[in-house]
Amino acid sequence: MTQRLYSLLAASILLLIIFASLIWLADADFFKSITAFFKGAFGGRKYAYLLVTISRAALITGMAIAALIAFRAGLFNIGGEGQLVIGGLASAFVAINLPFGGPAGIFLVLLAGMIAAGVWAMLAGIMKLWLGVPILVGTLLLNYPARYIASYFVSHPLRDIASGMPQTHLIEKSLWLPLLPGTRLDIGFIFILFIFCIVLIYCYRTVGGYEAKMTGLSIDFANASGLKTKKISLKTLALSGAIAGLVGAIAVLGIHHRFTDGMLVQPLYAWTGIVAALMVSLIPWAVLPAGFFFAAIHSGASGMERTADVPKEIAIIVQGMIILFVASKVPTAFNQNIGSGK
Amino acid sequence: MLGSIFDPAFADSVARISIPILLAALGGAICHRAGVFNIALEGFLLMGAFMAVFGSHFTSSATLGTLSAICGGIFMALLFAEFHLRRPGDPIVVSIAINLISLGLSTYLLRAIFDVSGVFQSDQIRKVSLLDIPIIENIPFLGSFFSGQSLLFYFSLAIVIFAHFFFKYHQLGIWLRAAGENKQALEAGGVSSKKIQFISLILCGALCGLGGAQLSISNVGLFVENMSAGRGWIAVVIVLVTGGRALPLLGLVFLFGTVDGASLRVQGFGWPQQFTEMMPYLASLLALIFVCYRKLKFEKNTQGIRNV
Repeated sequence: MTQRLYSLLAASILLLIIFASLIWLADADFFKSITAFFKGAFGGRKYAYLLVTISRAALITGMAIAALIAFRAGLFNIGGEGQLVIGGLASAFVAINLPFGGPAGIFLVLLAGMIAAGVWAMLAGIMKLWLGVPILVGTLLLNYPARYIASYFVSHPLRDIASGMPQTHLIEKSLWLPLLPGTRLDIGFIFILFIFCIVLIYCYRTVGGYEAKMTGLSIDFANASGLKTKKISLKTLALSGAIAGLVGAIAVLGIHHRFTDGMLVQPLYAWTGIVAALMVSLIPWAVLPAGFFFAAIHSGASGMERTADVPKEIAIIVQGMIILFVASKVPTAFNQNIGSGK
Repeated sequence: MLGSIFDPAFADSVARISIPILLAALGGAICHRAGVFNIALEGFLLMGAFMAVFGSHFTSSATLGTLSAICGGIFMALLFAEFHLRRPGDPIVVSIAINLISLGLSTYLLRAIFDVSGVFQSDQIRKVSLLDIPIIENIPFLGSFFSGQSLLFYFSLAIVIFAHFFFKYHQLGIWLRAAGENKQALEAGGVSSKKIQFISLILCGALCGLGGAQLSISNVGLFVENMSAGRGWIAVVIVLVTGGRALPLLGLVFLFGTVDGASLRVQGFGWPQQFTEMMPYLASLLALIFVCYRKLKFEKNTQGIRNV
């Protein structure tokens, strides 16, 4: 125990040194930056920045849940980015063309995002099961077509030409996710919390969740026990993609109210989610604090950029360093065979 | 239509586009052969590209810029080795982390040191010199492919041929393959497989760094945020498809270079830019499906034999 504490301390000090030298490189004042960091993550007038952190945490946690579900079933789905983009695009497409609004409309739009992204994720599963393409590479390579397809749709057929940007028209106000009274925080995070609870039950208390975990731990054992592993894999991938799609739809309906080219790719939501899921070595309940933690880092970095003139990319570096340290401590986060396609 | 695509300038662009992917894929092949599952090529490449511009800007020398690119690649490789070889980090997790760190670090330093975001350009950046080969440059189509390219082009071609024989006959090459195929046998022979894998990672970092240099201070002479833009991932796919064999790798890289070069050309015919930019990724996906499907079918057909 004491040894673990020491190594934690050493890693923290090392991280702090890296952090300080990066700030020094940017010619910024260290203490001013630190203050700006905490203010940017949790402060602001009427806690405005904290609300931003929460809404970002919802997206990151959602992507982390999507990654977690696939990972624990042994499916190394690192194509969350593509699924997120397809989900966002599909929901924006439906939202623009929907003749009615209100709760029923919102429900339909979210559903459209989930279905589209679920199908997109299943593509990789089909490639794995019938064509033998490893999940890791298959899901990853599907990111790029997704990105370009979305880019094409928002710059040609769906483009709001008057705005001058590659983006769709603004969505009808009746389809926007309502805000919490008195704040500027939309209710998207409640959806994610709801999904989080369902996933907890799914992971810990249902037969399906147990079977998925079994498939992940040893696919041969699962096969020998008579599980239909192919079906489980496809189902899990579809579920994972659907959650990613929901996150995309929430980002469209709650935050941006339209689909802009690159708006889901640039903030690295999907990769941060994967990193958050890996950091807690795929323990379902811990995904929520991990998502919030990384969201705070990103928000804090934005705060530093605003007031202390430190580029916000410092968040990505810190995030990468953290996951390196964690990876070296938790070698068996998942089955070694998953990535090598065996 | 075909005639207007395949002209000398096209041959020239195919060669230039292919080199970064070729160098990265060669590095990946060395790691693959040595049994290191390295999918951080994207990060190595990006760091190399940034360090090339960094070095070239401050020293006004292309050679020093290239050297600094190699250092950048090796630095990331050392990070990989520290966390994957010396500590028991999972290669996939370490790779994801390194790709993130490269992306973050290159963009951060771009803003912190040069005070620009997006694109960095300066007069002090020197490009890698081009080499005209006397007789070959007069051959109609091939001339513009093989002549007038940067030094890195000839270097990478030499590396391919060298790598082919290196894996086959050289002691270190054989050890490398042994580390990948049968670690225990290598250890029994008194050679540390960790050491061999460390060497393979360093070589990979250096080659990817060179690839990055070609990307930034040879092809264009400037640095753009996230400049590698998925080329490292295409290299990973090429390595997986060819199983790390040097000569098939060369062929596949030029195939992708051709697709990529052609995609730039067909933009002139009014195709949406997004579709043409997607083509290299679709091509790599198709190649991957083709090879994986053949492997799957082979395994199915020989199942009876292998089980005996």
